[in-house]
Amino acid sequence: MEAKKLNLTLNIWRQKSAGSVGSFAEYKVQVSPDASFLEMLDEINNTLEAKGEEAIHFESDCREGICGTCGLVINGQPHGPLPKIATCQLHMRNFKDGETIWVEPFRAKAFPVIKDLMVDRSGFDKILQAGGYVSVNTGGTPDGNMIPIPKDIASLAMDAAACIGCGACVAACKNASAMLFVSAKVSQYALLPQGQPERYIRVEKMVKVMDELGFGSCTNTYACEAECPKGISVTNIARMNRDFMMAKIKNKEVEV
Amino acid sequence: MTKLDSKIPAGNISEKWTNHKFNMKLVNPANKRKFDIIVVGTGLAGASAAASLGELGYNVKSFTFHDSARRAHSIAAQGGINASKNYQNDGDSTFRLFYDTVKGGDFRAREANVHRLAEVSTNIIDQCVAQGVPFARDYGGLLDNRSFGGAQVSRTFYARGQTGQQLLLGAVSALNRQVDKGSVKLYLRREMLDIVVIDGAAKGIVVRNLLTGEIEKYSAHAVVLATGGYSNVFFLSTNAMNCNATAIWRAHKRGAYFANPCFTQIHPTCLPLHGDAQSKLTLMSESLRNDGRVWVSKKKGDMRNPTDIPEDERDYYLERKYPSFGNLAPRDISSRAAKEVCDEGRGVKGGDAVYLDFSDAINRLGQKVIEERYGNLFEIYETITGENPYKSPMMIYPAPHYTMGGLWVDYNLMSNVPGLFVLGEANFSDHGANRLGASALMQGLADGYFVIPYTMGNYLAGDKPALVKTDHPEFDKVANEVKDLTDKLLSIKGKRTVDDIHKELGRIMWHKVGMARNEKGLKEAIEEIRRLKTEFWKNVTIPGSGDDVNQTLERAGRLIDYFELGELMAVDALERNESCGGHFRTEYQFEDGEAKRDDANYSYVSAWEFAGENKWNLHKEDLNFEYVKPAIRSYK
Ligand SMILES: Cc1cc2nc3c(=O)[nH]c(=O)nc-3n(C[C@H](O)[C@H](O)[C@H](O)COP(=O)(O)OP(=O)(O)OC[C@H]3O[C@@H](n4cnc5c(N)ncnc54)[C@H](O)[C@@H]3O)c2cc1C
Ligand code: SF4
Ligand code: FES
Repeated sequence: MEAKKLNLTLNIWRQKSAGSVGSFAEYKVQVSPDASFLEMLDEINNTLEAKGEEAIHFESDCREGICGTCGLVINGQPHGPLPKIATCQLHMRNFKDGETIWVEPFRAKAFPVIKDLMVDRSGFDKILQAGGYVSVNTGGTPDGNMIPIPKDIASLAMDAAACIGCGACVAACKNASAMLFVSAKVSQYALLPQGQPERYIRVEKMVKVMDELGFGSCTNTYACEAECPKGISVTNIARMNRDFMMAKIKNKEVEV
Repeated sequence: MTKLDSKIPAGNISEKWTNHKFNMKLVNPANKRKFDIIVVGTGLAGASAAASLGELGYNVKSFTFHDSARRAHSIAAQGGINASKNYQNDGDSTFRLFYDTVKGGDFRAREANVHRLAEVSTNIIDQCVAQGVPFARDYGGLLDNRSFGGAQVSRTFYARGQTGQQLLLGAVSALNRQVDKGSVKLYLRREMLDIVVIDGAAKGIVVRNLLTGEIEKYSAHAVVLATGGYSNVFFLSTNAMNCNATAIWRAHKRGAYFANPCFTQIHPTCLPLHGDAQSKLTLMSESLRNDGRVWVSKKKGDMRNPTDIPEDERDYYLERKYPSFGNLAPRDISSRAAKEVCDEGRGVKGGDAVYLDFSDAINRLGQKVIEERYGNLFEIYETITGENPYKSPMMIYPAPHYTMGGLWVDYNLMSNVPGLFVLGEANFSDHGANRLGASALMQGLADGYFVIPYTMGNYLAGDKPALVKTDHPEFDKVANEVKDLTDKLLSIKGKRTVDDIHKELGRIMWHKVGMARNEKGLKEAIEEIRRLKTEFWKNVTIPGSGDDVNQTLERAGRLIDYFELGELMAVDALERNESCGGHFRTEYQFEDGEAKRDDANYSYVSAWEFAGENKWNLHKEDLNFEYVKPAIRSYK
């Protein structure tokens, strides 16, 4: 069932460790158009390892576009040339025989490179830990049908909650802003009745940590939305900005 | 030798858990912070356990090899989660969910555990809703349900096709809240490589820091493993790339019994292999079989395109063999039938795939209806294969998906090693020989939110385990063994790559310990696995060092456990001279190909004790069915 193979030249970013200087290395490959981009990297690694050379380090897990682990900049675009997919969902048939492809890690001050194509995205979790939750303990919660939630509201909340935490939005943004990621979480809770009690405290806490971690500010270029594999909408950013303003007023009122 | 005591509480099945909760010992609130608990894994089971234990006031250390708790494999579950809410007024109840699960498991699960699972299922939904999980709702704003295989009621809750993601993000948000409060400390990018057992009880773990290569020691009053299943022993499965058996396997080698290792589930509707470079298999929803017809050519090695094969030269083998269930025959039966026709050489162009054809349905209902029903699945198919399933039939093939077996646990979810608890897919407890759809998510969250918070307290207050510091010589001994193992792996410097050898192991497992097994094949598999293992230790190459990020080394460490686990799976399958659920021995079938279960001789859990290289002792836990009478499954 195998189709004719593609001959490709890959320029892949190699960097030994966080502190060392990286550079591109060239690899010539023959690959089946049915293989995924990451399977092509697996094959290169298999060849390197057989020669006793270190594998190109990159991360992935589910390979179905849901865990958010993978993330490469391919020909300058986070997650590659196709819209609304993660790197692991990209297949080689989208490239032409003889093409040269450039592969880099996500680049952002808040996402330092660990090795080759691996980066440290732990900043995202620090933001979530600051308030990305509803404060309920296990047990003692009311029946699931106690509070009806309009279908369209539940659906909007689900749209926001679909974020996979991959960081492509940050990598796509010239300011390395994390606004799309943070606003997706803030919106999910802001839309649902369960999120109301902490709505304004939450947004303040999360934005504070986001700023402290060195993510840039948002200048409305919408590059984030264009590269987001889950199509998270920038309307979430507008919603978060609104809530943030309200928070300033409300949380002051409480203090007074 | 340890005696197997399942610790099932006395009394009527519907009162066991209630009574047990009352009878268990409690830890005084002020004392809880004096207890350290290690939880390995941040999937549904681990994240919910760590969060709940943290909320109670225990000092929790939570470990994962991922870069974030949210990446655990649970995130990929699609279909949904069962709960006997009976919101649809269609006759669901705790007892019905219990009944369906015991029957679905082909009468190889422990009744008491399954009943508890059904009891707490409803609390899970309430908990998740309160956390802000955006479940699907109907127009009145109430929770929506869908139906799933093995049940006649509609009890599956879902969040689009991303139920696992939303439940996990909910559990991880609870975990993050405890991290913020300081009751849980998260240790990311740490792979547990051993447990430390002192005076017979679990006292801690040894992990490798995947960034620095450092071997680190952690101690606690109790250790919880929630490290998922072992389908990746087959190399190709629907599991995430990094799922592995190392945590449970190393615990097994330190004394924990491994139960029913041969009970594995093969899912019938996955995308077929595209070539040798294939790294994993993708699940396609089973719902497709509602409108798709499964067929292959009647001829061997037929190289024609599907649309060129005339109707009378096609074999709709499921419809032929199972006239009343047809294309909707259960998972195990459909999977086996597909493998059979492909083994005969009648798969798609002689390869390993069968057609799932929608042309009849499109002609009957129109493309629009099919689009409404399966539009997103057709899109996924096209993204991956580059083919348009509206025009030519889909190709599918079965793939390893879930492992029912796992470490043996008692009713309290504690293994035979005191202080070592096992939750989620990593244990063997609730699904018997076959798991029903949408029940794994339920079990993981039941274990983590609603069982371990109680049974952990009982252990700590009852057994009063002492805390052993990591400067105890046993910790150093185990850490040194782990270091030696790493050095040994790096020193082999042979020729074959880790993946190359893993793929070969996968082929052995798939053909001989896969969905249809027989004595001859199993015996051959054991020999072949041993030979391959010997070759690995002589001829593998693992470039790079141990003091740095080294993904090749990580994969090699996991593979060495698969050799041993793979062998035990074959040993277990060989010992079980019957067919039940996901375990099909070709010698034990009725004339029509149905599985022949042997309740008189095999109504037990096989719990294997590690007894040195290639040696195991079998302990049997007899299963008694007081409430659900064992009967033959038939799908004619
Ligand atoms: C494609 C797919 C779809 C599915 N769909 C459904 C569905 O619709 N409904 C359903 O009920 N079930 C479904 N399942 C099954 C279900 O997803 C899993 O059984 C379940 O999520 C397992 O949860 P867990 O918490 O036990 O383990 P996992 O989610 O696998 O988590 C394991 C955790 O342990 C950690 N870990 C493992 N080993 C180590 C180690 N040595 N050191 C440190 N950390 C370690 C991992 O990092 C991870 O955090 C599906 C499975 C697949 C593959
Ligand atoms: S918002 Fe989109 S791009 Fe950003 S982390 Fe979430 S899924 Fe990734
Ligand atoms: S590997 Fe999980 S999203 Fe790509």
